[in-house]
Amino acid sequence: MYNVHSVSGADASAVHGGAGVDPNLPPHRQEEAKQLLSRCLNLGISALRSSLPAIDVVELVVRELESDPLFNSGRGSALTEKGTAEMEASIMDGPRRRCGAVSGLTTVKNPVSLARLVMDNSPHSYLAFSGAEDFARQQGVELVDNGYFITEENLGMLKLAKEANTIFDYRIPAAGLETCSVGAGAVESGLQMNGLPISIYAPETVGCVVVDSQGRCAAATSTGGLMNKKSGRIGDSPLIGAGTYACDICAVSCTGEGEAIIRGTLARDVAAVMEYKGLGLQEGVDYVIKERLDEGLAGMIAVSRNGEVGYGFNTTGMFRGCATEDGFMEVGIWE
Amino acid sequence: MGWAIALHGGAGNIPLSLPPERREPREEALRHCLKIGVAALKAKRPPLDVVELVVRELENNPHFNAGRGSVLTTKGTVEMEACIMDGNKKCGAVSGLSTVVNAISLARLVMEKTPHIYLAFDGAEAFAREQGVETVDAGHFITQENVERLKQVIEANRVQIDYTQPMQKDVLEETPTNGDSQIGTVGCVAVDSHGNLATATSTGGFVNKMVGRIGDTPIIGAGTYANSLCAVSATGKGEAIIRATIARDVAALMEYKGLSLKEAAAYVIEECVPRGNAGLVAVSATGEVTMQFNTTGMFRACATEDGYTEIGIWPSPMQN
Repeated sequence: MYNVHSVSGADASAVHGGAGVDPNLPPHRQEEAKQLLSRCLNLGISALRSSLPAIDVVELVVRELESDPLFNSGRGSALTEKGTAEMEASIMDGPRRRCGAVSGLTTVKNPVSLARLVMDNSPHSYLAFSGAEDFARQQGVELVDNGYFITEENLGMLKLAKEANTIFDYRIPAAGLETCSVGAGAVESGLQMNGLPISIYAPETVGCVVVDSQGRCAAATSTGGLMNKKSGRIGDSPLIGAGTYACDICAVSCTGEGEAIIRGTLARDVAAVMEYKGLGLQEGVDYVIKERLDEGLAGMIAVSRNGEVGYGFNTTGMFRGCATEDGFMEVGIWE
Repeated sequence: MGWAIALHGGAGNIPLSLPPERREPREEALRHCLKIGVAALKAKRPPLDVVELVVRELENNPHFNAGRGSVLTTKGTVEMEACIMDGNKKCGAVSGLSTVVNAISLARLVMEKTPHIYLAFDGAEAFAREQGVETVDAGHFITQENVERLKQVIEANRVQIDYTQPMQKDVLEETPTNGDSQIGTVGCVAVDSHGNLATATSTGGFVNKMVGRIGDTPIIGAGTYANSLCAVSATGKGEAIIRATIARDVAALMEYKGLSLKEAAAYVIEECVPRGNAGLVAVSATGEVTMQFNTTGMFRACATEDGYTEIGIWPSPMQN
């Protein structure tokens, strides 16, 4: 059911725009999403053709996703309970497992690029809030008003989320809600993630994983986080081993219920089962989705150093795309 | 099978020439914390309570790099972080605290009172006030020793750090000052006779760190991790511990390769992080305990129900 496509020694890439999709999402919105995913995949492919290393490719693809208001990262980020955008991201370079992460950004136009600078230009791996913003200024990255990231649509979603939270206990686990009432309105589909009805939930992140023709793997993930989150809440996206991981053998980017991904150390575990149990890439992804999520809902994309690409999710849908060097390319939402 | 507990006060370049006035208060603290941890386990307190109370004690002690006695940021301020996790993988973490007396207790409240795992900076401070935990003036945490330490490190690093140049992270060596580097964290792991596990880690971070720098301690799987097999708390160079996902890997090796607790910990410490970078304490669901490090020393103590006790700083004859 989940595709694996592999050509040894060749490059491959995958992108995602979040796991957990409203089954009632209007067709034109689905089309928009698929077009964005295709555009990003093609961007990645051109970059690979010009011999850019994996680490550069993941950064530029995620920048593209951040700049587009469609998904929940950069412009178009989900909003905090105060109606502001507070963004986080991480990036990891498989060779030598170098990494960089940022949280609590409010003016940095491309969080993934600041994460990269943390990795390359600072003695640390993770900077957050005002310290991260200071570093951004010091590094001369592009800064904008917080308003740049906020869309009308998300302001509307925030309102609905606040209303929904007065009805739903936010801490009720989202398990067991596989059925949805056919033909009902969006809010009544019955599906929930992180305690919110799926139509309001907003898939949480964007991400990209790449292996270049020299077998170097890299991963990057970026998000605005959870709709209506408390300011200061950090999710899985900036946490190495949870939302993002890359090493010699693979690169992984996850999306979904942040707390479940953290607890399951999802991204690291794919690499760990490959390394310690000898599983292949797709086997590893399937194993982790099945065994490491307990009642949590999430999805992931992954590439291996052998040019394989794989993905998996236990949610209703995941916006994703993947491509391999032999010309294979696929963009999808549902199973 | 019985209960077991281990705790640490930081791994690092602790020189053998550490003068008695610096060594003895820490040894005494380790002894004291071990005693209260053991008493709590004997009184059948759940491991989650035990690790929290031991780490609170270590946070309150100004001789360790957590709570009072935290090392200072490059601006001379204190930014504390902590993380707690139990064998059911419930967890809580906080970063960027400047007024909360016991960061570990706030981490526990994040775990128990919110749907989130991790709160940081202003949001975490606001949560602390909402919860009515004890807060004090930021000056409370700052010790003269750490003011001195910061001054000396800034002097020594003045030439080394240019943040606009590509930075080799392993080049940034901890510079021993007064022959006592005080890097690392405090932590405690415990298991009861039913196999319930818990871990807690707390720290002020890295001396002269950039404001806003987050280390390994609050990152689940890096400095702190527990599941049904074991509980781990790590200490050392945060950046190295993060990339090696140390705490998670100990458990993963046990689960996926069938290694014992000691074998898994040894593998991670010897093979997964460069020498001089890390140490950890860990207990398993079956009551085993291990304390391993590849640094010069690690302030540590452990005890098991069958009467074994160890308190140490440098490698002991029994290690490995």
